[in-house]
Amino acid sequence: MTMTTALLAEQVLNGIQFGIMLFLMAAGLTLVFGVMGLINLAHGSLFMIGAFAAAAVAGATGSFAIALVAALAAAAAAGALMEILVLRRLYTRDHLDQVLATFALILIFSEGTRAVFGSFPLFLNIPDALSGTIILPGGIQYSLYRLSLIGIGLLVAFGLYLLITKTRLGIQVRAGENDREMIAALGVDISKLYTIVFALGAALAGLAGALVGAIQSVQVGMGEPVLILAFVVIVIGGIGSIKGAFVGSILVGLTDTLGGIFLPMFFDVFMDKSAAASAGSALASMSIYILMAVVLIVRPSGLFGART
Amino acid sequence: MSEPQASTHTIPPSNTRLNSYAPVLNTVEVCKRFGNLQASVNINLELRAGEIHALIGPNGAGKSTLIKQIAGGLKPDSGQIFLNGVDVTRLGTAARAKAGLGRTFQVSALAMEDTVLQNAVLGCLGAQSGSLRLFDSIMRPGALRTQANEALERVGLAEHAHKRTSEISHGQRRQLEIAVALTLHPKAFVMDEPMAGLGVQGSSALIDLLGGLRHEAPILLVEHDMDAVFALADRISVLVYGEIIASGTVDEIRQDAAVKRAYLGDEQ
Amino acid sequence: MKRESLINLILLGLLVGFPVWAMFSDEPFFITLATKAAILAIAGVGLNLVIGQGGLVSFGHASFFGLGGYSMGILASHAQTYEPLVLGPLVIDGSQSMPIIWLVAMGVSAVAALLIGALSLRTSGVYFIMITLAFGQMFYYFTISWSAYGGEDGLSIYVRNTFPGLNTLDPIQFFMIVFVLLLLVLGFCARLRGSSFGLALNAARQSSERVKTVGIEPFRIQLAAFVLSGMITGLAGALFADLNRFVSPSMFSWQISGEIMVFVIMGGVARLCGPVVGAMLFIVLEHVLGGLSEFWHIYLGFLLLLIVLFARGGIVGLLAGREKAHE
Repeated sequence: MTMTTALLAEQVLNGIQFGIMLFLMAAGLTLVFGVMGLINLAHGSLFMIGAFAAAAVAGATGSFAIALVAALAAAAAAGALMEILVLRRLYTRDHLDQVLATFALILIFSEGTRAVFGSFPLFLNIPDALSGTIILPGGIQYSLYRLSLIGIGLLVAFGLYLLITKTRLGIQVRAGENDREMIAALGVDISKLYTIVFALGAALAGLAGALVGAIQSVQVGMGEPVLILAFVVIVIGGIGSIKGAFVGSILVGLTDTLGGIFLPMFFDVFMDKSAAASAGSALASMSIYILMAVVLIVRPSGLFGART
Repeated sequence: MSEPQASTHTIPPSNTRLNSYAPVLNTVEVCKRFGNLQASVNINLELRAGEIHALIGPNGAGKSTLIKQIAGGLKPDSGQIFLNGVDVTRLGTAARAKAGLGRTFQVSALAMEDTVLQNAVLGCLGAQSGSLRLFDSIMRPGALRTQANEALERVGLAEHAHKRTSEISHGQRRQLEIAVALTLHPKAFVMDEPMAGLGVQGSSALIDLLGGLRHEAPILLVEHDMDAVFALADRISVLVYGEIIASGTVDEIRQDAAVKRAYLGDEQ
Repeated sequence: MKRESLINLILLGLLVGFPVWAMFSDEPFFITLATKAAILAIAGVGLNLVIGQGGLVSFGHASFFGLGGYSMGILASHAQTYEPLVLGPLVIDGSQSMPIIWLVAMGVSAVAALLIGALSLRTSGVYFIMITLAFGQMFYYFTISWSAYGGEDGLSIYVRNTFPGLNTLDPIQFFMIVFVLLLLVLGFCARLRGSSFGLALNAARQSSERVKTVGIEPFRIQLAAFVLSGMITGLAGALFADLNRFVSPSMFSWQISGEIMVFVIMGGVARLCGPVVGAMLFIVLEHVLGGLSEFWHIYLGFLLLLIVLFARGGIVGLLAGREKAHE
C-alpha cells in the first residue's frame, strides 16, 4: 500500500464522515421545509445547543452516553419550544418573514448561550472506548471515533428511512407534504404532528452538534457555517427529499474534504509551492459552491427535487 | 348596457365564410401525459380568422392542460402548435405573447396591489416593441395611458381605473384580464372561463364584447356557461378524457349522440 | 403632500441634522455614527430594490458589500505601496480617488451580481434564499484563504481615500459625501418605481404569469434589478471600508447579509426610506443597547421577533399607515 492510497482512503472516509454529519442537519431542514413549508435559519442554533448540552453534561457526569442523551433532549425541547412559541405563527407567512424571525432566533440563542457559557470554547472529549485508531482492511489506520460517527449516521439514516416509509407518523408526514388540508380532513392533529416533526429534526441537529463537538471546539456560532452547508446540500439534493439530502451530503462532504487536500497538491505540479498552496486552498474553499452552481445549471430543482 | 337577458342573446354567428380561412392558431397531434393520466390525446384543434371556437368538456377533461400547452406554460410531450402558420411549440409564454397570443386566466393572474390602470398599462408596455426604460414616467398621461384607458373603457372598467385590483370584484378582475389582453392587439385570443363570477348583467355585456371581438382576432373560448357558449360560438369542440370526441357547429354538437352521452348527459 | 413623503423628509432631515449638531457640539464620534447609518442605509436601499420591488429574498447581499469593500481595499493598498495591480496581461495602478474606487466597486459588484443572479434566478422561493446565502459564504471562505490581501486578518488602509476639492478626513465632509450619495441612490430608486421597468418589476413580483402573458420575460427584469441592487450595495461596501479604513472577510459574512435585511424589514419593506429608518434605528440600538449590555443582540432579536409577528409593514408602515396604490 503506497502513501497516497492510504491518504486517499483516509480522506475519503473523512469526507464521508463530514457528509454524514451534514446529513443529520440537512434531513431535519428538508423535512421541516417539506412538511411545513418553513425555512428555519435557527436550525444551526439547535446544532449548537446539542453541542453545549453535551459538553456541559459530559463535564458534570463524565459520561459521553448521558451527554448524548442530554444533547438529544435539549435540542428536541428547544425545537419544540421554538415551534410552539414562534414558528407555528409563521407557516402561513411569506419566506421573508420566516427568514427574519428565525434570524432573530439565532441572535437570541447565540447571545443567550454566550451569556450563560461565556465566549470561550468548551471541550467535549472523545469517550475512552472510542478513542485511538483502528486498522481497517488494507492496513489503513483510521480514527475509531470518526468511524463510529459514520456508523451512527448510517444507522440514523436507516431509522429515518424506516420511520418515513413504514410508520403511521411517516405516512402522515408524507401526506402532509402533498396536501395539508387532506391530513387535517383525515382527522390528524396537525399542530401536534408539526411539533413532533420539528422536534425530531431538532433532535437530529442536536445529535450532530454533540457528535461533532467532540472533534472540534464547542463555541457560539458553530452552527451557522454547518447550516449554510446544509442549505447547499439541500439545493443539490432537492428540497423536501430525504434521499436527496443523503446523496447531496455525501457529495458535499467528499468535495469539500478532498478538494481541500488534493487541489493544492494538484496546483503544486505546475506552480511554485506557496502559490500552489494559496491558489489551491482558495479554489478548494469554493469547490462545493461550484458543485452547487453546476447542479443548478443542469437541474435547477436539485438532483432529487420535483421537476417543474 | 343592455337589459339582463343573457339567455335570449343572439349575436349573429359569423360562420358564413368559415372554411375559406387558414387557421390562425392550430395544434397538430398534441399529446400530454401525467403518469398514467392521458391529459391530451392527439389533439388537433383549429382556430380560424373571425370565429369563436368554444372548447367545452366536463371537469377534469383536460381543458386547462390543453390551454396551458397552447399558451406556453406547459410543454407537450409530442405534437406541435402553430400561430399564423409559425411553429411556436418551442417558445415560452412570453415569446408566444410577443408572437400574438392574448390569454386570459381562469383564476385571475393580475398584479393585485397595483391599480386597474397599471395592469392595463403593463399590457400596453408588453405590446410595445423595444426594451423597458429605467427613467420614463410610465403613468403620466400619454399614448400608453390613453390606450390602456381605451381598453378599460371597452370592458366597462373605466370608472374603476384608479382602484387597487385587490379591491374590485372577481367579475371585474375577469374583465380586467380581457382588457389587458386587448391592449396586446393579439392575433388570437385564448380565454379560460371569462364568464365565471360575472352576474347576469356582466355576462350579457361580456357576450356583446366578445361577439364583436371575434372580428379583430379569433377567440378560443373555454367556458362552462352553456348559454354563453351557445350564444357566441361559431364552432364547438368537446373534450372528454383528453380526447376531442366531437367538433362542429353549435347545432351539430347539440345533436351529437356521443356528446350527449359523454357531456350533456352528465349535466342533467 | 403624502404622509409618507413627509415622514421621509423628516427622517432625512434628522439624519443630516444630527451630525451637523454633533459638529457644532464638537462630538466627532456622533458624526461617525451618522455616517455609518447613512452607509448602511445605502446598502439597505440596494437590497430593498430586489426584496421590496422584486420580491426576491436575497440573503447574500454581503457578497456585494464585501466586493465593494475589497475593491476599495485592493485599489488603495496598491496605491499605498506604489505596486501596480497585475491581472494577467492587464496592469492597473492602484487608486486612492473615491470616484474611481466607487466606479470599480460598482462594476465588480455588477459582474458578480450578473453571475450570481443568472444562476440563482433559475430557481425561486426558498432555493433562491439558500443559494444567495451560499454564494455569500463562498466569497467569505475565498477571502479567508486568499493570502495575497491579508487573508483572515484583512487589509488596513492607512489614509482615507480622497475626493476632489474636499477634505475627506474631516468627519462632516465625509458624512456629506455619503449623504449626497444616499440622496442620489434614493432619487434613483424613486424614479425607478414610476418607470416602465419599475412597473414590470413590481408586476413580476405579484404575478410572474401576468408579466409573461403580456410578453415580458420576468427573468430578464429580475436579473437587471438584481444587478442594479448589487451595484448599490457594492457602493455602500466601498464607503463602509473607507469609513473604517479596513476590510476583512467579515464583510462577506452571513451576519452582514442578515443585518442588511434587518434594516429593510425593520424600516418597512418596499418603502422608499424604509432602509434609511431601519439603518438609523439599528445604529441607535447598537449604541444605546450596546452601552447597557454586552449581549445587546438578545434584545435586538426580541425586537425583531415582535416586529415580524406584530408590526408588519415595519416602522414606516406604522407611521404612514397602509401604502396607497401609487401611480
